[in-house]
Amino acid sequence: MASATGPTGTSTRPNQGAGTRAGVGDSPLRPDGTLKVTGEFAYSSDMWHEDMLWGCTLRSPHAHAGIVSIDVSEALKQAGVHAVLTYDDLPAEMKNYGLEIQDTPVLAHGRVRHHGEPVALVAADHPETARRAAAKIRVEYEELPVVHDEASALGEGAPLLHPGRDDDHAPHVPHPNIVHRQPIVRGDVEAAAGRAEVIVTGEYEVGMQDQAFLGPESGLAVPAEDGGVDLYIATQWLHSDLRQIAPVLGLPEEKVRMTLSGVGGAFGGREDLSMQIHACLLALRTGKPVKIVYNRFESFFGHVHRHPATLWYEHGATRDGKLTHIRCRIVLDGGAYASASPAVVGNASSHAAGPYVVDDVEIEALALYTNNPPCGAMRGFGAVQACFAYEAQMDKLAAELDMDPVDFRQRNAMSRGSLMPTGQPVDSPAPVAELLRRVKAMPLPMEAQWESADGGADVRALPGGLSNTTHGEGVVRGVGYAVGIKNVCFSEGFDDYSTARVRLQVAGGEPVALVHTAMAEVGQGGITVQAQIARTELGVTQVTIHPADTQVGSAGSTSASRQTYMTGGAVKHVCELVREKVLQRGRELFGTHHPAWATAGLLLEGGKVVTDGGEVLASLADVLGEEAVEAEDEWRHRTTVPFDLETGQGFGHVQYSFAAHRAVVEVDTELGLVKVVELACAQDVGKAMNPQAVVGQIHGGTTQGLGLAVMEEIVVDPAAKVRNPSFTDYLIPTIADTPTIPVDVLELADEHAPYGLRGAGEAPTLSSTPAVMAAVRAATGRALPRVPVRPEHIVQV
Amino acid sequence: MEFLRPATWEEALAAKAEHPSAVPIAGGTDVMVEINFDQRRPTHLMDLNRIRELREWEVGDDTVRLGSSVPYSTVIDQLASELPGLALASHTVGSPQIRNRGSVGGNLGAASPAGDSHPALLAAGAEVEAESVRGTRFLPVEDFYTGVKRNALAEDELIKTVHIKRAEGPQQFSKVGTRNAMVIAVCAFGFALHPGSRTVRAGIGSAAPTPLRARAAEDFLGAALGDGGFWDSGRAIPPSLAREFAELCAGACNPIDDVRGSAAYRRRAVGVMARRTLGWTWESYRSTGNGRTTEGGAQCA
Repeated sequence: MASATGPTGTSTRPNQGAGTRAGVGDSPLRPDGTLKVTGEFAYSSDMWHEDMLWGCTLRSPHAHAGIVSIDVSEALKQAGVHAVLTYDDLPAEMKNYGLEIQDTPVLAHGRVRHHGEPVALVAADHPETARRAAAKIRVEYEELPVVHDEASALGEGAPLLHPGRDDDHAPHVPHPNIVHRQPIVRGDVEAAAGRAEVIVTGEYEVGMQDQAFLGPESGLAVPAEDGGVDLYIATQWLHSDLRQIAPVLGLPEEKVRMTLSGVGGAFGGREDLSMQIHACLLALRTGKPVKIVYNRFESFFGHVHRHPATLWYEHGATRDGKLTHIRCRIVLDGGAYASASPAVVGNASSHAAGPYVVDDVEIEALALYTNNPPCGAMRGFGAVQACFAYEAQMDKLAAELDMDPVDFRQRNAMSRGSLMPTGQPVDSPAPVAELLRRVKAMPLPMEAQWESADGGADVRALPGGLSNTTHGEGVVRGVGYAVGIKNVCFSEGFDDYSTARVRLQVAGGEPVALVHTAMAEVGQGGITVQAQIARTELGVTQVTIHPADTQVGSAGSTSASRQTYMTGGAVKHVCELVREKVLQRGRELFGTHHPAWATAGLLLEGGKVVTDGGEVLASLADVLGEEAVEAEDEWRHRTTVPFDLETGQGFGHVQYSFAAHRAVVEVDTELGLVKVVELACAQDVGKAMNPQAVVGQIHGGTTQGLGLAVMEEIVVDPAAKVRNPSFTDYLIPTIADTPTIPVDVLELADEHAPYGLRGAGEAPTLSSTPAVMAAVRAATGRALPRVPVRPEHIVQV
Repeated sequence: MEFLRPATWEEALAAKAEHPSAVPIAGGTDVMVEINFDQRRPTHLMDLNRIRELREWEVGDDTVRLGSSVPYSTVIDQLASELPGLALASHTVGSPQIRNRGSVGGNLGAASPAGDSHPALLAAGAEVEAESVRGTRFLPVEDFYTGVKRNALAEDELIKTVHIKRAEGPQQFSKVGTRNAMVIAVCAFGFALHPGSRTVRAGIGSAAPTPLRARAAEDFLGAALGDGGFWDSGRAIPPSLAREFAELCAGACNPIDDVRGSAAYRRRAVGVMARRTLGWTWESYRSTGNGRTTEGGAQCA
């Protein structure tokens, strides 16, 4: 199979698709939208199979313990139980899995390293039977000392989470309880600090946020006659799952056939495996289809979370407001297993300075192994934690310099050609100052917008809302700004590609395109955009999106804001191949009928082959006849390189995206409650492929950032136990907490990317949090170095 | 698990006598959560939804008789002028779906210290009518809560009706949560002026093992208002008086640190809510002619 490499920034046929309805740049409705809103959509948890069994997972009640013994005899005796599996039942040499480092046991062996770690599996004919049987499994634990922070992880005699590591990072980390460490050093920080006229320092903390997707982990494994298994699953990346599942089952990859089923949100939380291997093991053991569905409680233990972080920063500037240098140290808590920690470290370090020009930097980021819940991918991926800290620092510096915080940021803002701390030039538009200008220029919401016409108070518009805590008493308004930078696509030399198969054929007299990729539609709108691209590139109305499965090559992960860029790019590229084949066939069939067939400027428009002057040469139906035209190929973005292990230098990222926010909040300064009144956002998306979907992404990312600012946190106690695994106590914003979000979308094309687009999903999650916190600080005068901020912090009791 | 479906109140009492461990269920907003999460597996579940009188309510001269299954949405829609504090509290319960199913009777049965209706019931003054095959008891609501998620019901008793004093003056309810809707109380406060008896009542939620009245604060404020002639003059309450009342309310708390909030914050917040709700009710009392109103005073959508 041939392989294509970007860039394909401008089409070789600039006019192709210009007249297509519901093509690129339009906002056709999502095919899944109405179904989801009306409750008709089939999620992975809705699947059912004749004779299926229900799987259940027994999990560790301890964060760190030796397993002395496991006795499953009582569980096996329970009527209705078909299988009980422990580590000893694993069929293959491979017993672990992991995204990058295979350090995660499928079932615990001799030791559990975090609260909720899977220990045993049960399959039974009813979910309640399975749960009861699981409760009858006797596990004798011997509790071990808990590693729960940097001091306990790196102190003398600290228990090693993974003794005898042989992964790629093991040789360069200073301690075996450090998953990965990335320094970035550029310029001469010592000398630059000497030139600084103002220096500010700060220590910041980010709590553990959860993706809080609404569709819990679930799937159905069906054993096949060939000894293989068919797995129907909600995931973010089918082929990455497959690569980890097959070795543990002892099966070749072609005997594990995976099909994406309805995904109820992901946000990074489905990058790691959850119940995939477990369901397959039970299905293969029992010879029956096995369904596993986590409930909400189990879901909090079933996926990784956003890394909590402690961040130390020093920023210096001259009196005229130019940054001199940045020193920082970012410690991420990776929890018990590596998951995506190494890549999160790379991201946190390379984005640690923010979207600012600063020549002299000393950055260190690392992720720890601890007995806390494993942390990995979540929207913003390391850049979120850094953005919260560097933006707080920028406000601190502006205050020290007595400068307007927006003006100060604009003086230091990156632009095209600026260098990242890694030395990588930002070689596409970087409208940082412009985004700030735009959010600042938006009209401010009315003062005291909670006052009703009769002089009373509308509590819905006040902190506390309908809980009726204030009618205006103690309420102070604050306004804050923030801007952020996030990479798009996979970085650091990763071979990142997507595969598309496109078939064009006539059905019912009409040309129909069939697009087949393995892209996981997790709610981001990817299938809508794929169809738009196919319409534009092939000039057809009807496009069918084939279900995503492993019968086609990998599409890569639905993460890193990459799918519109990558699978969109692959679909575009393969459509171009199909178009060329169609034109070639047209030339063969009809070339003698019209001289224009020999020209280069032919287009497919409205189901016809036309000249770039608009003259119709043939209908697609006539060209295609009974025979379909099909093409398949992989498509890659430009190559990147790993960061140097000592200096952090290197062309590590594919593309950068930028968003800025202005937050307007009302704070009840006596009760410490916050009402976010408005969160205005300006973002450069390169090209709005589907303008309505882009605004939806920005609304969602902004709201998720607000959640991190004021409420969302998994509370883990010093014994490394999760205290609030429920939506009763893990709070996410309701509509009553969600402000008006005016959005200003810029479209400055990135010539390296298909259609000039810029991945859009993550950037708004970054700046939202620090903007809200800047506004709360402005209202209260408090330093508030931690998110989520709690009422106790605001009123300081 | 056996599912009992009594058709009449008498059948329900008989069934409860026969199966004392039976858990009554009406809206199911508490019980079903516990069952779904496997925290509770009662041997018997008793569905009260066929018993119509439990969903009925009646406004009397002095009290409102509220059937134990009357949903919060009915309190909000039908009883806001008779029970303004309870209506405000009902508004803060869960989501619209929960308010359509959940009831004051259920809140009392669960007896969570964080139950939203308790501070309002304590402030208004209420009695719980508990019945069994042995007879009927009327329990003042302040005696009903006996511990964390424990109440004074005997094992064969069911809650039939809650008798709540009709408001004769302004009432208020405030609740602190870390979200602006659909949130369990970090702490809550109910306050009512009773101009007829020239007393005040204050109920505190989620700041002690049980909901409780701030009696010392009530006594202090009642005496100060009476001695100072405030009820007749309707003059403004001096800030020092409000402050001392707030401090006494905060002092009545016996809170804990938990994931929802710290003990120190709860104490502080109860004080703030006490001061504010006193201010709102008193303003309402003064501005509407010394207590001839039953308005709640809060602008509340």
